[in-house]
Order: sequence, then structure tokens, then C-alpha cells
Amino acid sequence: MIDRRLWRGRVVIVTLACLVAAVLVGLIGIVVGSSSLTIPDVVVTLFGGGTGSQELVVFELRMPRVLGGLLVGAALGLAGALTQTFARNPLATPDILGVTSGAALGAVAAIVLGGGSYAVGAGLLSLGLPVVAALGAIGTAVIVYGLAWRGGVDSYRLILIGIGATAALMGVTNYLIARAQITEAQAASQWLVGSLSGISWASVWPVLIALVVLVPVALLQSSRLDLGLLGDEMATGLGMAVQRHKLLVIACAVLLTAAAVSASGPIEFVAFVAPQIALRLAGSGRPPLVASALMGALIVAGGDAFARAVLPDETPVGIVTAVIGAPYLIWLLTRRKHRESLT
Amino acid sequence: MTSASASAPSASAPAAAVPSSAPPALEARGLTIGYDRVPIFENLDLTIAQGEVTTLIGANGCGKSTLLKAFGRLLPPTEGSVSLEGVPVRSMSAKAVAKRLAILPQKPLTPSATTVRDLVSRGRHPHQSLFRPWTAEDSRITDAALAATGIAELADRDAGELSGGQLQRAWIALVLAQEAPIILLDEPTTFLDLSHQLDVLRLVRSINRERGATVVMVLHDLTLAGRYSDRLVVVGGGRVIADGSPWEVLTPEVLREAFALEAQVIADPATGTPLIVPAADIVS
Repeated sequence: MIDRRLWRGRVVIVTLACLVAAVLVGLIGIVVGSSSLTIPDVVVTLFGGGTGSQELVVFELRMPRVLGGLLVGAALGLAGALTQTFARNPLATPDILGVTSGAALGAVAAIVLGGGSYAVGAGLLSLGLPVVAALGAIGTAVIVYGLAWRGGVDSYRLILIGIGATAALMGVTNYLIARAQITEAQAASQWLVGSLSGISWASVWPVLIALVVLVPVALLQSSRLDLGLLGDEMATGLGMAVQRHKLLVIACAVLLTAAAVSASGPIEFVAFVAPQIALRLAGSGRPPLVASALMGALIVAGGDAFARAVLPDETPVGIVTAVIGAPYLIWLLTRRKHRESLT
Repeated sequence: MTSASASAPSASAPAAAVPSSAPPALEARGLTIGYDRVPIFENLDLTIAQGEVTTLIGANGCGKSTLLKAFGRLLPPTEGSVSLEGVPVRSMSAKAVAKRLAILPQKPLTPSATTVRDLVSRGRHPHQSLFRPWTAEDSRITDAALAATGIAELADRDAGELSGGQLQRAWIALVLAQEAPIILLDEPTTFLDLSHQLDVLRLVRSINRERGATVVMVLHDLTLAGRYSDRLVVVGGGRVIADGSPWEVLTPEVLREAFALEAQVIADPATGTPLIVPAADIVS
């Protein structure tokens, strides 16, 4: 349902501003690190007027990384907005629900066991790292959701079980790294930081497809997200199929996160911070969905461009977002008003 | 101008005329309900007539809110069925039920950064769909609900800034905007001072009288329940202890059984409805 609240002026302005900023950051991201390209060159090349070497740099070298950063960020931002709204809690990100650590365990298992003599590892690696990570994420989500189900899912219980699952999965992941060969352990650690350096067109497509399919599904749940903020009982009374809505919202969030994490590894704090910044800019009752996605795109692509332009030695974007995101979390918690609601 | 105080409370006022062939507003048959398979009611039959104000009363923990939730399909029965105007609720879609039956739970959550008008407009959800988005009619009904509950001038305020009494009016406005002929209210007067309790109950009475709405509510104050209800249902010990008009139900015997309360019942000097006077403490 198209809700008239969706068209509130301030939300629209913030969304458009985020869109413009994301496009600019994308253009800057293509230029950064190259000695010869300028932003006008990039625009000309994008519209088909560049030289052969400009096309090579823009389309083959820079675009996958920049577009990948924008799409991964958008997927994480939207996933975070969905889970934070549905749980009425800004801490309820896909990371907390165990999805990210499930992906991490899958990926690390593939890296560590794949190099050794374990038959299971060889099988895992042949599936491809992104697929194994996605399976880890989705499998964990199904288990957590199943354990939280008691004739319906209560979001508080879902968060607690997610935290428990995260701890268990991290333990197994660390065990695998601890007993791995040094090169495999290093590869696993690098993956766990979250980076766009290994991204290619092949890993961009799945994220794009996930967004194209899931953004409309999420937007159609928009007015139900508003009703959900009144509590499950009120929402039921207003004719909403609460459990079906929750399942749809969680499935969207999990698939978006799985697609993003498979492409880039877990990029910390984006799913948490992007919706909260969008919420504060828009002054709305819950994180605005499209603005949260664009803010996520902005953070990841911007963080990566910043790391490449300013920081030494190809600093992974996951480190940049964690270093910015953690202080933001602390600031948010310290300035919380006495009765600020949990969205 | 519709105002809450327009209709004076009166125990003897007749319920809105309903053709005798009309099915009951709500009907529970063989209902077993409870939490975690521990039944609170077993094999319960209860019928709610159209156009009446019915109030469920009983001691704390007797299950009156549970019963209301079962009628409002917030709690699926373990056994038995609830029918809404003669149709089993289980066979109806969520939105189809919401067009006929509105429920105000005990503790709805107030969303942040939401104006009162926005909050009330959410009552229009059951009437909307992908193919029937928000219309001028929805705006008109929302404004009418704000006016009927006397909070039109608060429409652009943040719902989080309202006082308890104002907020309760906003929730009732939301339920009115739903335009359902049957309204369930779970303890609508809790946490309000006496004057605001009376405000809310006068409003409920006027909704019943002027719109012909069927109202089922849970109240704690027995005197107020007697003053503003056509019918009282006393529940306790997993069954209906008494059921009838306020004077039939509010007797010293029923009060003793349902509430372990020693009291006499006299005529309220203001309205002639039953007034509960608890017995004096015995000083030894």
C-alpha cells in the first residue's frame, strides 16, 4: 500500500539529498586513486564518450568496486532499517540476529577447511566462497527464527536467541582460525574485516538482483511497519497479519544481508548506523527505508573512497566503518534522552 | 458539534433497536482459552447482543482481559469458536474482521515522532489496500474521529507529548476511525483520575448511543461499570458467575463470590444505578 506518510516533505528531501550524495561519492570513488581521470572524464565515459583506456579503467577496474560498495551499503542500510523497525530497537541489526556471524562461519570454514585435507572443506570451497557465506547466513537465520518461534515470533526473544547464536558461531569461527595454517588464517581474518578490494562484476550482480527483487517487497510492507510500531495486538486489531508481515520483513533483511556479506565480507556497523542517521535527519517515527539504503550506500562507498585516497596500504572499508561507527554508537547512547523510544 | 458530554448517562436508556432476526454481535461457543495450554476458561458459551454496552468485571487475574482478547481474536482459542455477526472469525480475513470489529488493547505502544492525526489515521488501515490508497474520505473520517473525541485542536501535536487522558482519547479516536460497528476496550480507564475516567466512559456511552456501536469492555470500577453499562458479565474461577443488568448482577452475594468483598449495594443518588459501599473494617 502506498502510504501518504511516505510522501512527507522532510523524508522526501532527505532521501533526494542522500541520492545526490551517493551519486557524487560514486563519481569520486571512480576518480580516486587514478592520476589521469577527472569527474567530467568519468561522466563522459559513463555516457559512452570515453577513450579505450578510460573505458577500461572506469568499467573494468573502478566500477565494480564503486558500484559494489554502493549496492552492498544499500543492502545493509535497508536490512538494518527493516530489523530495527520490526524489533522496535536500534540494536536489532542483522549482525545481532546472528546472520552475519553465520555468513562468517561459512566463509571461514570454506577458507580454512578448503585448504586442508578435509573432504568437507573441498566440497565447501567448490561451491564458491560467496555461496557458502550466503548459505551460512540464511541457515543461521532459519535456525534462530525457528528457535524463537512459540506460536508466533516475539522480537525480544528473537534478539536474545540471535545474540546467543552469534556468540556460539563466533566461537566456532575463532576455533577454526586458531587451528588453521598461517596463510589460511590470514585469508580468513582479511575476509572477516570486510573489504571491497576483491570485488568483481561477478560478485556485484547477486547484490543488484537481491536489491531489485527485495526493495519493492520491503516498500510494500511500509504501512505495516507503521502499524507494527503500535504493538502486535493493536496491529492485529487493525487487520494486519502480524506473523506473515514479520516473516516477510525478516526474510527480506536476511537475504539482503546475505547478499551483501557474500560480496564483501561483514562490513561492521553499517546496518546499525545508516538507518539511525537517516532517522535523525528525516525526523520520522521510524527509519525511512529508501533513505536508510542510500545512507548505507553513502557510508560504504564513501568509506572505501576515503580509505583509498587518504589511508595507507589499502585499508579495508570494514575498518573505516567500525572506527567511525563505534564512536557514533557510544555518542548515541550517551545523548539518549530520558524517554526516547527504541526506534 | 459532537461532544463527549452531550449524552447524559442513564441506566434505563434502552439499547439501540435491533431487528430480532439479526445475529448476535459476538458469540463464543464451547470456548477453551488460556496460555501455554493451561486453560483459563473451558467450554465457555457467551453471547454479546448488538447495540449494547457489555462490561466484563471480575477480580484481578480472573481472565476477563483474556476473554476480551479471545473475542478480539488476539488470542486464538484452543477449542471452540468465536462468531462475528454469525460468521466464524476463523474463516474471515484479518482485514474483513477489522472492518467489523475494533479492539483497543490495554497497553498499545505510542510511536515516536508521530502526530496525533497520523496516529488516528492508522485506524483507516483495514479500509485501504494497494488498489485503494488514502483518499479524501479517509481524511474526513480521521478528522471526524478527532472531533468526536474532543482532540481536534491537538491533531498536529506529537502523540508522545499528550497527557494520559488525552492519549486515551487519541486511541479511542483511532478505534472510531476504523468505523467498525463492534468495539472492544480493554480497561480503557486504567491510569486515569476519576474525572478523566468519567470523560472516557461518557465518550464510550455516546459512541454507543449515537453510532449504535456494540461495545464490550473490561472495567475495574464496579460502580462506574454499573453506571455506564447495559449488561454486566461477572467472571471468575473459569466461568461466568453472573450475567445481566447492573441491578441483577451487582448484589452482595455476587460481590462476595467474585471479589471476596463484603459490601452493601445502594442506589446511586445521582443516577439511580447500583453504588457499591464496602463494609466498614471491623476494629478489634
